[in-house]
Amino acid sequence: MVAVTLWGSLRRFTGGEGQVEVEARNFKELLDRLAETYPGLKPQIDRGVSLALDGRIYREAWFTEIGPDSEVVLMPYMTGG
Amino acid sequence: MALDSSSKRVFKVVGTRPPRPDGVDKVTGRALYGADVSAPGMLVGRILRSPHAHARIRAIDTTAAEALPGVKAVVTARDFARLEGDKIIDMGEDRTSLRDVRDNCLARDKALYDGHAVAAVAALTPEIARAALKLIAVDYEILPHVIDVDAAMRPDAPVVLAGRAHENVPGGMSPNVTNHSEFGHGDLEAGFAQADRIVERSFTTAATHQGYIEPHACLASVTGDGRADLWCCTQGQYNVRDICADLMGMQASQLRVTASEIGGGFGGKTVVFIEPVALLLARKSGRPVKIVMSREEVFRATGPTVSASIDVRIGMARDGRITAGEAVLRYSGGAFPCETVDMGAQAAFACYDLRAVRTLGWNVLTNRPKEAAYRAPGAPQAIYAVESVVDELCQGFGLDPLEVRLKNAARKGTKSSYGPTFEAIGLEATLEAAKAHPHYSAPLGPGQGRGLSAGFWFNFGGNTSVSLSVNTDGTVGITEGNPDIGGSRASISLMAAEELGIPYERVRTAIADTSSLGHNDVTDGSRVTFAVGLATIKAARDAKQKMCARAARIWGIDEEAVLWEDGAAKPSGPNAGDFPPMTLAEIAAVSFKTGGPIAGHNEAHADGAGVSFGVHICDVEVDRETGATKVLRYTVIQDAGKAVHPDYVEGQMQGGAVQGIGWALNEEYIYGEDGRLQNAGFLDYRVPVASDLPNIDTVILEIPNPGHPYGVRGVGETPIVPPLAALSNAVSRAIGQRMTRLPMSPPRVLEAINAGR
Repeated sequence: MVAVTLWGSLRRFTGGEGQVEVEARNFKELLDRLAETYPGLKPQIDRGVSLALDGRIYREAWFTEIGPDSEVVLMPYMTGG
Repeated sequence: MALDSSSKRVFKVVGTRPPRPDGVDKVTGRALYGADVSAPGMLVGRILRSPHAHARIRAIDTTAAEALPGVKAVVTARDFARLEGDKIIDMGEDRTSLRDVRDNCLARDKALYDGHAVAAVAALTPEIARAALKLIAVDYEILPHVIDVDAAMRPDAPVVLAGRAHENVPGGMSPNVTNHSEFGHGDLEAGFAQADRIVERSFTTAATHQGYIEPHACLASVTGDGRADLWCCTQGQYNVRDICADLMGMQASQLRVTASEIGGGFGGKTVVFIEPVALLLARKSGRPVKIVMSREEVFRATGPTVSASIDVRIGMARDGRITAGEAVLRYSGGAFPCETVDMGAQAAFACYDLRAVRTLGWNVLTNRPKEAAYRAPGAPQAIYAVESVVDELCQGFGLDPLEVRLKNAARKGTKSSYGPTFEAIGLEATLEAAKAHPHYSAPLGPGQGRGLSAGFWFNFGGNTSVSLSVNTDGTVGITEGNPDIGGSRASISLMAAEELGIPYERVRTAIADTSSLGHNDVTDGSRVTFAVGLATIKAARDAKQKMCARAARIWGIDEEAVLWEDGAAKPSGPNAGDFPPMTLAEIAAVSFKTGGPIAGHNEAHADGAGVSFGVHICDVEVDRETGATKVLRYTVIQDAGKAVHPDYVEGQMQGGAVQGIGWALNEEYIYGEDGRLQNAGFLDYRVPVASDLPNIDTVILEIPNPGHPYGVRGVGETPIVPPLAALSNAVSRAIGQRMTRLPMSPPRVLEAINAGR
């Protein structure tokens, strides 16, 4: 199981939980499981999210592998100028 | 072959300062900008814009304009292709609805801001085009408007667009509120209970424009069989192609977009405004159409940054330890939804190691032009408010603001205020460098103040394609797909030369059109030197591998027994044999006989850009009679990871500081009661000029980014983050009054001085 930290405004879609656990080996599986388990997260995931794995931020990297002890943080889609 | 060694290396080419490759063309006037391209039979395109801040469009009658001799086409929003559904597209600042992009290019049912395009004409001459615009009759029903972000959040505010709120917005709010986010961790109230002092302040910042010198310009040509070409000044030709193809109902492969030389962008050219309109006119008229915006149009109808209203509350113990921090950010995104506040809410407290922190963000619709990216979008406003309150707390306790920031600085292993744990970062080193800089300990004169601010930006990588050709004369050509807005041609050539072991002068980097190379994301997010550099290094390694294979075949030994070193293939290992090294030029010279042309390429999505920190120190003197602020001394200290071409890095640091100084002291969109922009020109919208400024001193630190083989971090956005607070803290200390509103124009400073008397 992977523990995923969510940003605060997503807690209303996870029953108030700021961290949830899903079965996933990579980012795609993680996002799929999140959307299945917490359908309220799906619109945000569809709009775009980033993921931080052990402090490093990834924007679009479905097949990035997640280790069992990795720190995983869901973040808004990174934008810039 | 050690082609992917990540051990610390001694650079031979990277880090040097060769002359800029675009310098001669630019100073001699040869460089071709957006408005410099022409085509036989070309028409002049002009756009009719709404004079109202908010109005329903009941009808548009173009009959008289179409009948005017010399007019070849008139278009409105109805000429765009019918969109089957919608989709989200990446526009630099945020992810935007394609329908919104379309409706921003030509208003459909409502004009949503002063300057919103409603129709366009193509004519033989500018005079005929202008006359035709006057003949277009638009039947407007004028609606109430709202300009201010706080006013737009009220339940009874005029509704800019209804039904556009994301699911994350709680019920019961104004329909103008479209996005909400919250970040943070820890027990906020327990943190505030530990504070010896709590400061709570509200701040506002004005919308500011990127102020690029080159207005938007493009030339569109559409053939009778449906193929099209578009030349334009943009930060991302691939995005322009994809958006325009969708709006025109074309296949992307049938539209070729060529990016011109670019006269500044700073995020403001990551979007489209006139390009789809020019294509519509070209298709309808059957002739090439050029549109060049006037400066007034640039101000009224392109994207300034968000205006903001921010509340900050910070608690601090007597020893300078911050016990809790909270910020509420309300960002006006203009007439269409955006999510910029997400970035500001994440960045607000990123410089600090906090046990209790929370930020709340709201994006709000107003009757202003849709905001566009502007260097580190969303971060300068948020960090301005936080750094101002930190400074006030330092003043209250009589503490050194630099020591307080060092005491609270985020470090490797800190749980960031936006969630992830930091990898190796350079904030502490940057603060130490500021402390050691002579500027920080230099004496101040009477009436002068010194301000300090730290700053942060994320940086990112993205989709990138690079092709590298080894020419038979031993030179190398690189094709990449990102317009050069900050020296990327030089830095990419430097990295290729470094990797290949050849002189910089033998490499030339060119920018491809969309038909010549695979996709590249927009030039934004401080991504190009990082991501295109990474792809270039990998393309060079690909080419090196192929050159080693050629040498192995020439020598009759295994490929694995050849390594690349100092610009040449060399036999390696006990059984490799004894052959003299073959240089790149020697291998290239015989390439046609050994298997054909040699090239390397790389296509990938780059991640691991590495966040960046900077610290700015600013001295000002305030004229207590006029309220005018003079910047006396300014120093920028920033972590660049590895400065590939230090001249350009320093230029980015200086440029960001100057834009931030303008934002802090003078620049703002000023609207009248009628909702119309009152200062759409550089005479009334005051950017800093050289005579306003001291030399901007720079100190580059190099804390390698572990996500790049040379340690490179993006540098282009971070330097605009700290100046707002650095200036505000300096002015506040100089006049003895805390400033909470930007810009700090002379009347506002004078008002604060008089309030304190």
